[in-house]
Amino acid sequence: MGMVRRYWRLLGIQLKASGLLALQYRADFFTEGITSLFWTFTALAPLFVVYGERSVVEGWGFAEALLVVGWFTLLQGILEGAINPSLTGVVDHIRKGTLDFVLLKPADAQFLVSTQRFLPWRAFNVLTGLGLFVYAFAKLGHGPSVTGVLASVLLLGTSTLLLYSLWILTVSAAFFVVRVDNLTYLFTSIFDFARWPSSVFQGVARGALTIFFTYVIPLALMTTFPAQAMLGRLPLPALAGAVVGSAAFAWVARRVWLRSIGHYTSASS
Amino acid sequence: MSFRNTMRAMPTLLKVGFAEAVAYRAEMLIWVLSTTMPLVNMVLWMAVARNAPVGRFGQADFVGYFLATFAVRQLTSSWAAWLINWEVRQGTLSMRLLRPISPLWAYAAENIAGFPMRLIVAIPVTVLAVVLVGSKAVPQHAWQWAFFVLAVLGGWAISFLANVTIGALSFFLGSSQKVMEVWLVLYFVCSGYMYPVELLPAGLRTLINWLPFRYQIGLPVELMTGAHGWREALVLLGAQWAWVAVLGALTVAVWKQGVRRFAAFGG
Repeated sequence: MGMVRRYWRLLGIQLKASGLLALQYRADFFTEGITSLFWTFTALAPLFVVYGERSVVEGWGFAEALLVVGWFTLLQGILEGAINPSLTGVVDHIRKGTLDFVLLKPADAQFLVSTQRFLPWRAFNVLTGLGLFVYAFAKLGHGPSVTGVLASVLLLGTSTLLLYSLWILTVSAAFFVVRVDNLTYLFTSIFDFARWPSSVFQGVARGALTIFFTYVIPLALMTTFPAQAMLGRLPLPALAGAVVGSAAFAWVARRVWLRSIGHYTSASS
Repeated sequence: MSFRNTMRAMPTLLKVGFAEAVAYRAEMLIWVLSTTMPLVNMVLWMAVARNAPVGRFGQADFVGYFLATFAVRQLTSSWAAWLINWEVRQGTLSMRLLRPISPLWAYAAENIAGFPMRLIVAIPVTVLAVVLVGSKAVPQHAWQWAFFVLAVLGGWAISFLANVTIGALSFFLGSSQKVMEVWLVLYFVCSGYMYPVELLPAGLRTLINWLPFRYQIGLPVELMTGAHGWREALVLLGAQWAWVAVLGALTVAVWKQGVRRFAAFGG
């Protein structure tokens, strides 16, 4: 119990430090906000063109596909605001050899590096995502059901966990190949495949892509599942699968991280 | 720095640039792999066209279109804006200014020298397109090939000049990365990168014809997949190179004004 309390306090301290830093650059809220809205346009423009031609694509109407884009945008906000900044810092630590100082501290290294930096203004995408939900449900003409909302909140947790675990796996690679700032771009662009409902992948390579994006890189779980949950369409086994799957993924990521950190040799020595 | 001297230095600059491109081949490969956007959109449009074609596009046409987009993006991309922003902030631009050759030429040479490495990626993708779609994935006649090459050159020139212009804005703004992001979004949305421009409503299409973006990607891709007759292609190429001229003049003007304001720190 004391352990948990201690880590909560640590998290509080880290959050406060990042928050104070963000308050120094208040104007960023507006520039980040405007660019976030702008980037959302790149996700929406193809949808507008597609649904100008068709009313339903692979079982998804415009408003329903909009929910998937909403989840994509929201998770992008979490990724850029809470996950990316810290873990990019790890790469710097590894390159400069300053990871020593983190490892010496009497707390879990993964916890420390994962919470070292938050960029609240970058999380503007979360607001954009919520705005897209409102717009989508206004178009649908009805709100989400209570169980749907509860399930999607649960899935928000599992999606964040999955995203974070995938990131830990990517960063673990930094212990072996140091130039990982490129890998972060690769990661973000693979995440781009989560923009559309996963059923659009059915027609490609006889469904191999669907399997790949459900089980290997679980993008479908991150955006399509929560959108389906909001619509009340997600079967219970799929929900359970998402919870178990993401927990398993996190466990694997943790193992890999522990192994990789064993490979760390300080840069200065 | 006369024109003759610049041209004399060019082969060496190109050689250095090529050596750099070879040295950083792993980075380049990752950059190439991270160009997933055409594939993301290809999958979407294939699903849309599964039961019936969209306009003149069947599933195979979309595969051809987006693989061509992928290849053309490799050949026409430029990252000078980020480089200039970086060098202005770090002050390392002063090193370039000391040389008896305009940095603009140096940036261009670096970019062009990457071409052979980028062809190594673009050619297999084009071959793949031919395997999947058949010979209509590439130009059929000699004149179409010539037009295609011209369009790729023009597309690259527009990317590069826009990059340098926006990069040079960092002399005035401190950092022009946000401006570049805005340009990129417009480029994604208007260039035919995410969907063929001809699927847009007529009004939007006219607007896009007047903007530079579709000449960066859309036009070379359309010429590669044989979407235009030669008369139409000639008009579009004319418009493209008009943009190259306009942006060229703009680049030189902004750079000349901006570089006067440059003050390196730390000496």
